[in-house]
Amino acid sequence: MHALSLRQLRKRYRGGVEALKGIDLTVEQGDFFGLLGPNGAGKSTAIGIISSLVRKTAGEVNVFGYDLDRQPWEVKSRIGLVPQEFNFNGFETVEQIVVNQAGFYGIPRRVALERTERYLRELGLWDKRHAPSRTLSGGMKRRLMIARALVHEPPLLILDEPTAGVDIELRRSMWDFLREINRQGTTIILTTHYLEEAETLCRNLAIIDGGTIVENTTVKGLLRKLSTHAFVLDLAGPVEQLPALPAMRVERLDDTTLEVEISAEQNLTEVFVALAQAGIRVASMKNKANRLEEMFVRMLEKKSSSEAPAR
Amino acid sequence: MTPTMNRTQRNLIALGTLARKETQRFLRIWQQTLLPPVITMTLYLIIFGSLIGSRIGPMEGYPYIQFIVPGIIMMAVITNSYSNVVSSFFGAKFGRYVEEMLVSSMPNYVLLLGYVIGGVGRGLLVGLLVIGVSLFFTDLHLHSFWITCSTILLTSVLFSLGGFINAIFARKFDDISIIPTFVLTPLTYLGGVFYSIDLLPSFWRQVSLTNPVLYMVNAFRYGILGHSDIDIATAYGIILSVIAVLTAIALVLLHKGVGLRS
Ligand SMILES: Nc1ncnc2c1ncn2[C@@H]1O[C@H](COP(=O)(O)OP(=O)(O)OP(=O)(O)O)[C@@H](O)[C@H]1O
Ligand SMILES: [Mg+2]
Repeated sequence: MHALSLRQLRKRYRGGVEALKGIDLTVEQGDFFGLLGPNGAGKSTAIGIISSLVRKTAGEVNVFGYDLDRQPWEVKSRIGLVPQEFNFNGFETVEQIVVNQAGFYGIPRRVALERTERYLRELGLWDKRHAPSRTLSGGMKRRLMIARALVHEPPLLILDEPTAGVDIELRRSMWDFLREINRQGTTIILTTHYLEEAETLCRNLAIIDGGTIVENTTVKGLLRKLSTHAFVLDLAGPVEQLPALPAMRVERLDDTTLEVEISAEQNLTEVFVALAQAGIRVASMKNKANRLEEMFVRMLEKKSSSEAPAR
Repeated sequence: MTPTMNRTQRNLIALGTLARKETQRFLRIWQQTLLPPVITMTLYLIIFGSLIGSRIGPMEGYPYIQFIVPGIIMMAVITNSYSNVVSSFFGAKFGRYVEEMLVSSMPNYVLLLGYVIGGVGRGLLVGLLVIGVSLFFTDLHLHSFWITCSTILLTSVLFSLGGFINAIFARKFDDISIIPTFVLTPLTYLGGVFYSIDLLPSFWRQVSLTNPVLYMVNAFRYGILGHSDIDIATAYGIILSVIAVLTAIALVLLHKGVGLRS
């Protein structure tokens, strides 16, 4: 069953910006789905429409088989939203915010209090329950919004850049938390600018740019497309001139650092042999992280160059 | 989700949550919401009622202070119902936490009703406080309990709805004081709070009859004193029609998402 299906979704804001130019997308139940794309691509607009905060210009939104226009109550009660911007009342306490949100979804107060305690504990906010939300740190505010989005236990959780401005340690623990929620059956859709995040968490992803979907595939499939591997080599001594290395791309990052990219069929030994012949000694080597990031940048570059007007 | 609960029960819980939240809001900040109107209305009672009133002599056969007390209570109910809803709902829009309600399964009519309950709660509480104060100045005997209660309640509902619509259109804080200053205050002062329209020349009497506040003040005054410048059934008809129209407008605006969804 589809957790979400969008058909020919369009959005033109007042003032004329065409944020979505007819996107089609389906997310299967139980998926961990990444929505990626550069700033202004239309990610938040799409999420806004799905969660009833933005009016669509045209198209259909369907959530677990319910149509947003005809069955808004069914759709809304099945979605939990963690928005990109903070949108809670800074003067209310952490506990009030979560309990009231449960109430808005029609959860009885007794159940709401129990769940609030559970989620605030799981997200490490229980000690802060009586604090006015404006006094929380940025990372705590993000977690507050996650607790608030989960309190009615929606089968579909949508997070718009939940880890923006969150430190690495906390980000990792948020990843664990989300993975566990997903394992228990909640479908998750997440937007992020950290491609490492998508690579770690998501099974499927779509890349959106300029209001259209430019790629919609599995994370593994996308990585497979990336048939090259890149390494960063730290050299034992400075190198002034690059040796001629056949069939591989070598780039000098600074005096003692080289970046080498080889295709999947090539052998790393060839690199070392060639370098040794040129009198260059390698002190250490690391795998260039974030392959997805590379891919992403390259894909967008390719797209914009193919779109560039012919001269 | 809790499958045993049906939609109506859930919507009732949502309504209870919002109504409780709205009530707690004005109670928590009572220094801004309850105290000022009580002080203002007490001053009206002292200055117009006791000091000047004793020189004016009876109005329509009642001591002047007795004549204006119902009007002053009504004035307090009107301004407080309106300003409670306009500032609370605009605050929720401005601070974006209205989104908490917009994403939830709470239907629009529940949202509207929740805010109206908040406005009515504050309006009636201020009204009760002013009634309490006015007992220091004059005796109040109710001519009709039901007419008194129903007119004050309906008026409070009407102006809560007005405040809600104002908040929907408001884009900045200035916008929530324009209507109260330029529309509400003149209508209330010219709505027969301080005088009987029988005192007016016939042209201005006719003009006054187009002012809906006149009907509310007079219906309420009738409930307390048993005297009205206008027909009570007409007053109910007008109040109920205005409520129906404002409710319809508010629901259409919510449905379209005016001022709330981009
Ligand atoms: N309320 C609005 N009114 C007018 N234009 C808007 C509005 N919100 C967004 N836009 C425009 O729509 C386009 C898409 O914006 P959107 O916020 O959906 O992008 P995004 O992919 O979420 O970007 P980011 O990664 O920066 O969050 C942008 O050009 C933006 O300027
Ligand atoms: Mg965004």
